[in-house]
Amino acid sequence: MDLSTTCFGKRLPHPLVVGAGPLGDDLDTVKALEDAGAAMLVLRSLYEEEITGEQMDAFFHVEAHSDAFSEASSFEAESEMPLGPDEYLEHLRRVKRAVGIPVIASLNGCTAGGWISYAKLLEDAGADGLELHLYHAASDMTTSAADVERQALDTLREVKRAVKMPVAVKMVPLLTAFANFAKQLDTAGADALVLFTRFHRADIDIEELEIVRSLPLSDSSELPLRLRGAAILAGRVKASLVITGGIHTGIDVIKATMAGAHVTQMVSALLRHGPDHLRTVRREIEAWMQEHEWTSLNEMRGNMSLERIPDPAAYERANFRMALR
Amino acid sequence: MTSRRRLTLDGNEAAASVAYRASETIAIYPITPSSPMAEVCDEWASRKRTNLWNAIPEMAEMQSEAGAAGAVHGALQAGALSTTFTASQGLLLMIPNMYKIAGELTPFVMHVAARTLATHALSIFGDHSDVMACRQTGFALLCSNSVQEAHDMAAVAHAATLETRIPFLHFFDGFRTSHEVAKIEELSDDDLRSMIPESSVFAHRQRGLTPDRPVLRGTAQNPDVFFQAREAQNRFYDVCPDVVARTMQSFGALTGRRYGLFEYVGDPAADRVIVIMGSGAETVHETVDYMTARGEKVGVLKVRLYRPFARQAFLAALPKTVRTLAILDRTKEPGAPGDPLYLDVTTSLAEAHAEGVSPFAVQPRLVAGRYGLSSKEFTPAMIKAIFDNIAKDKPKHHFTVGIVDDVTHLSLPWDPSFQTESEDVSASLFYGLGADGTVGANKNSIKIAGQETELFAQGYFVYDSKKSGAITVSHLRTSKRPIRSAYLVNRASFVACHQFEFIDKIDVLEHAAPGAAFLLNAPGAADEVWDQLPKEMQEQIVERKLRFFAIDAYDLAKSAGMGSRINTIMQTCFFSISGLLPRDEAIKQIKKSIEKSYGKRGPEVVRRNCEVVDQALAHLHEIKVPASATSRRVRPPLVSTEAPDFVQKVTAVILAGKGDLLPVSAFPIDGTWPMATTKWEKRNIALEIPVWDSKICIQCNQCALVCPHAAIRAKVYDESELSGAPPTFKSTPFKGTEHKGKHLTIQVAPEDCTGCNLCVTVCPAKDRTNPKHKAIDMHPQAPLREAERANYDFFLAVPELDRTTLTKFDHKSSQFLEPLFEYSGACAGCGETPYLKMLTQLFGDRLLMANATGCSSIYGGNLPTTPYTTNSDGRGPAWSNSLFEDNAEFGFGFRLALDAHVASARRLVQQLGPQIGDGLTTALLDADQSSEAGIKEQRERVLALRQKLAGVKVDEARRLETFADYLVKKSVWLIGGDGWAYDIGYGGLDHVLANRRDVNILVMDTEVYSNTGGQASKATPLGASAKFASSGKAAGKKDLGLLANMYGHVYVARVAFGAKMVQTAQAFIEAESYPGPSLIIAYSHCIAHGYDMAQGAAQQKLAVDSGVWPLYRFDPRRIPLGEPPLQLDYGAPKAKVGDYMRNESRFRMVERADPARYKMFVEESQAAAERRYAVYQQLAGIKVPAFEPVTQPAAPDSKEK
Repeated sequence: MDLSTTCFGKRLPHPLVVGAGPLGDDLDTVKALEDAGAAMLVLRSLYEEEITGEQMDAFFHVEAHSDAFSEASSFEAESEMPLGPDEYLEHLRRVKRAVGIPVIASLNGCTAGGWISYAKLLEDAGADGLELHLYHAASDMTTSAADVERQALDTLREVKRAVKMPVAVKMVPLLTAFANFAKQLDTAGADALVLFTRFHRADIDIEELEIVRSLPLSDSSELPLRLRGAAILAGRVKASLVITGGIHTGIDVIKATMAGAHVTQMVSALLRHGPDHLRTVRREIEAWMQEHEWTSLNEMRGNMSLERIPDPAAYERANFRMALR
Repeated sequence: MTSRRRLTLDGNEAAASVAYRASETIAIYPITPSSPMAEVCDEWASRKRTNLWNAIPEMAEMQSEAGAAGAVHGALQAGALSTTFTASQGLLLMIPNMYKIAGELTPFVMHVAARTLATHALSIFGDHSDVMACRQTGFALLCSNSVQEAHDMAAVAHAATLETRIPFLHFFDGFRTSHEVAKIEELSDDDLRSMIPESSVFAHRQRGLTPDRPVLRGTAQNPDVFFQAREAQNRFYDVCPDVVARTMQSFGALTGRRYGLFEYVGDPAADRVIVIMGSGAETVHETVDYMTARGEKVGVLKVRLYRPFARQAFLAALPKTVRTLAILDRTKEPGAPGDPLYLDVTTSLAEAHAEGVSPFAVQPRLVAGRYGLSSKEFTPAMIKAIFDNIAKDKPKHHFTVGIVDDVTHLSLPWDPSFQTESEDVSASLFYGLGADGTVGANKNSIKIAGQETELFAQGYFVYDSKKSGAITVSHLRTSKRPIRSAYLVNRASFVACHQFEFIDKIDVLEHAAPGAAFLLNAPGAADEVWDQLPKEMQEQIVERKLRFFAIDAYDLAKSAGMGSRINTIMQTCFFSISGLLPRDEAIKQIKKSIEKSYGKRGPEVVRRNCEVVDQALAHLHEIKVPASATSRRVRPPLVSTEAPDFVQKVTAVILAGKGDLLPVSAFPIDGTWPMATTKWEKRNIALEIPVWDSKICIQCNQCALVCPHAAIRAKVYDESELSGAPPTFKSTPFKGTEHKGKHLTIQVAPEDCTGCNLCVTVCPAKDRTNPKHKAIDMHPQAPLREAERANYDFFLAVPELDRTTLTKFDHKSSQFLEPLFEYSGACAGCGETPYLKMLTQLFGDRLLMANATGCSSIYGGNLPTTPYTTNSDGRGPAWSNSLFEDNAEFGFGFRLALDAHVASARRLVQQLGPQIGDGLTTALLDADQSSEAGIKEQRERVLALRQKLAGVKVDEARRLETFADYLVKKSVWLIGGDGWAYDIGYGGLDHVLANRRDVNILVMDTEVYSNTGGQASKATPLGASAKFASSGKAAGKKDLGLLANMYGHVYVARVAFGAKMVQTAQAFIEAESYPGPSLIIAYSHCIAHGYDMAQGAAQQKLAVDSGVWPLYRFDPRRIPLGEPPLQLDYGAPKAKVGDYMRNESRFRMVERADPARYKMFVEESQAAAERRYAVYQQLAGIKVPAFEPVTQPAAPDSKEK
């Protein structure tokens, strides 16, 4: 049975990839994931604001007390380790040394300077690819959809120019013109499109009048949104398609592949069940394919895409019409 | 000869560089101004830099200097090469071991940044009083006068000690040399190897104690032999000077820098010579050069090897023509026939004369002089005055110079206009704030000048004593010739004022030379700057024909995301205006220094700094100066005209930076200073201040409680008091039942607030319809200043709450009591001062405080202004600082005295009972003073007693009058930081706890030595990086509270006001009421933890929630009630220790450097928090049998009721 697939220009034995999240933080876990058969690993996102924020905070709070008092020119031990991406880079290097599978770095930025310089540093540290998280807080009333798209495309182009490694773009599901934007990213050189970012939940604490942020683990119910996204793009873009969010079972992977995904990323399921779950899912895929006499995933990939299904409206008008039927 | 590097560094690093390389073991303990030597060695060791023998020296921080001395003594005895660094009180603590080390003829070098000893006051600054206290120990004393010499003499000392077997104390002037940044030539490892022969190292090692060749040292000897044995080492001292001289010669051959035991500079036929050692010798050298060039027959003899004093070499170094010698000491030995160097010179000359070997045909006149105590300026003008004095027929003998002594008239007058600096010296002055980075940038500028030009460069930095809003002055010099000016810049060709508000506070142009450039950071449009200057400043600019430049650096910094960091902007302007380097080259070098200084903070920090450097010059404007001053505005007075006379005449002068001008008669004779002076120094350092919204306020008083500066206050009062209130004064009906019908105001002290934001972050009251608005919000200070000043004045005039009307004392009600600790110079957001403030609110009118040296003694007692104040009755905390190490004992002494006074008072009351009357006598002796009302009644009784006594004509009545006030309960508090309580003062603290006297100990635990810059103490928690533990402390925090609990009779509490204010207040009240020793260990967030102090309270809560910081109270009074004495005030850890750790840079640094080590620390700390809770929980369940005494306890017998 052939589960192999291609993504990021790499031939992978199967589509089960560990997605960006805390699983890549710990070297022992990373090794366990490789042992359990992960085809590829995406590290947690490096947030540009977090880096710059922490750097500037440390600068303001620590430097404000440096050379300010006769008895002490500073109040902290001398450290040669800078804040900033170095910590992430060092972790990336360690992970690379620890495992043989491809390791994809992940970057969430907001300024042109941040994206480019960090992308290059990640490549130099040995990343096999880069997942860019393009996210724009849509609360600014002066920024148009076109502005947002232009900025994202500029960023992608600049990153592509700066690095040789393949670059994926992780997209958000809330876009005015999803397909058009995906196509533009494809044309601008995205090697893969990752569908979709999961948002933190911002809940309201009505007693304390505070916002409570959380990111609960996903379940399979989040998959259909991604299936629709992949189905719309499958066969219409050069970029590989990656589904992340809602992949929990072998059946989820089958569905994703039918929608057109080359790779499926798992985070929540592995956090819940441990690295060994990769083996379970793989067994489930194989069992289902055997039962239904599929011999390769390639054969199945995209068979349920927008292009190939008899009633594209099923995706396009979404659930509204379906429900009325 | 190997080519040597040119480095621009300070004297401490110059000395440490040699000491580190020449040592195998280093024992350290922080003390200003020597700490940087230990810090830089620790840093080198952590970076695995090796010594001359390819080993990394073994470093150990000890619990005190006495400990460090013991450790080096042991290391030396065991055959290792060892060194240590210290100063002042630290050096005194080493003296016992110094006798031992010398008595055992042990090669050893200690490096001392010479500092004033505490007498009538502490001083961190430089003089020779500490070193001079060691001249009897048997150590050789070798002095360096400059940064280069601190490097060179360190090498001479390390070489000579091995050959002579005499231990060396190598010293240089604290601050003036230890902290001066200068360009020097570095000695290479090969240089040092050639200086330190391997054979002498082997010999030392061979003498080391080892069971393989056992010997016995440290015997006890009897009268029959001790004396002879003591004399047995005389020969070693006899030859020591020759060996040192030889070492200096070979050093000269090696490096070209030639030194002697005594060095003479000046006219070979001089008739007047100054004998001096230390940095002052360089200034005399400069002055002598100037004067001899003008035909004066003067000279200077620099004393380098002070002990053993080589008489012959001394006499040989002096010109035979000398008629008068002025011998200058930088120390004071009250009551002696003269200060030490003078006495040595006198003896040498007298002996030589008596023996007929004097080289002088006519015995020279000797004139003693004293200068430079506590880094007092010592300038060419003063030196000229000395030469003039000794040219007279009857010179003033035992003179002082540098001060005006209008009491004993010892001082020499001098002409400040006398200048010796040559024209090729370029001098600059920079006035900045500590927080704006001015000094850091100037250190870089001087390094750029030193490294990138052929010029000699010198940087010296002066700070005020505040920890928030501190003013810094940078003194920079460059010159084609070596710079010997060991004094502040007093003729600057460039003056920069980095803070606009200084123009009304300081005379920044005082030292601007005619034609100098003046750069001002001024807000707003450049063409409006001139009109904003006060008249005095405009006149200076016009009269001295200054070129005037302005830049709105804050605007630029803000727009570039640099907050209030303006240093690199101003630095760029300095280079551009001064032309020190070609503009492009300067910018390139500034960026290089930014990378070096801030690279460790991350690339974004570097990027933003470089960006503002590129933009700076476009914002710099030269201002056209009118032909005459146009302003009508003169500088406002520094303190209010309502201030007491002393404040106006003394404090205000010090505040203006003119304290040097105050004469001796202005000062108290015994170090006793008036209270309550911070209130007159309206510093206006907050850019934003809290604004109260009475409509939303829930009246919890948390804002007032957490305010580190008592700059936000709560008061309840009768509504009638509101008549005449200023129009914007806010008031609201009080909501509680206790003060029903009264009104409440929360008022900010707008000019005293530091803008730390702590009050805003703790405020729990939000506007329901707009939650970002709270009952306390921050608003820009400037527009509010006038109105709030009037409001605050009105607020202060509203009568204080009658303490006796409070039915309960707790965290909330305590804030209605007047704080008697206000507006200290502590850091904005300080985590210690809220405890002290609360202490003074609860017991301030009957408080005796012993304060260990450290942050709390500096913000508590450093001039010019001090924060402890009095209430309207004139009562308040009586405060004193003795030392660092002895504070527990010092405060214990207060208790002994009180107990004695109380006993005397009670005895005399009893004795005079018939005259006083039975009723009053009984009432006085049996008074219940457990409440405020009880204390008030007792005060009234004492008043009545005094009235009675006035009519009693017996001696006992007079005696009782002096004791009567002690019949009113007093409260003794011993306060300090963890460095004191856990380390240096632990022995004393433990002893005081072991005793049963009624003292209260407050340990403000910042988990590091905060005042000296964040060195690890035994309170530093596992995994925290601190100086001397940069890779994260490997051992857990000492549990001081648990140790104290084990006594059983000690009241112990651990508190954290940010986590549980109610428990903090409870602990203070219980500790105070407990009639035995009490210990409160108080979590104190600190800038050394590396995060925004506005979050201090939130982080305290996380410390408690994660179990890092347990809250409990151990009260022995619960034992007889059948209850467990230990009561836990916190629950099982519910937050993760890792979340607590990640918020603080001290832990994050470890994660960045070594994630695996950090992970291990997190796991171990988590386990420790859980284990700690389990242990405490079990202890909290233990009931112990009560002890029912059959007889009354024997001592102490003078307990107050």
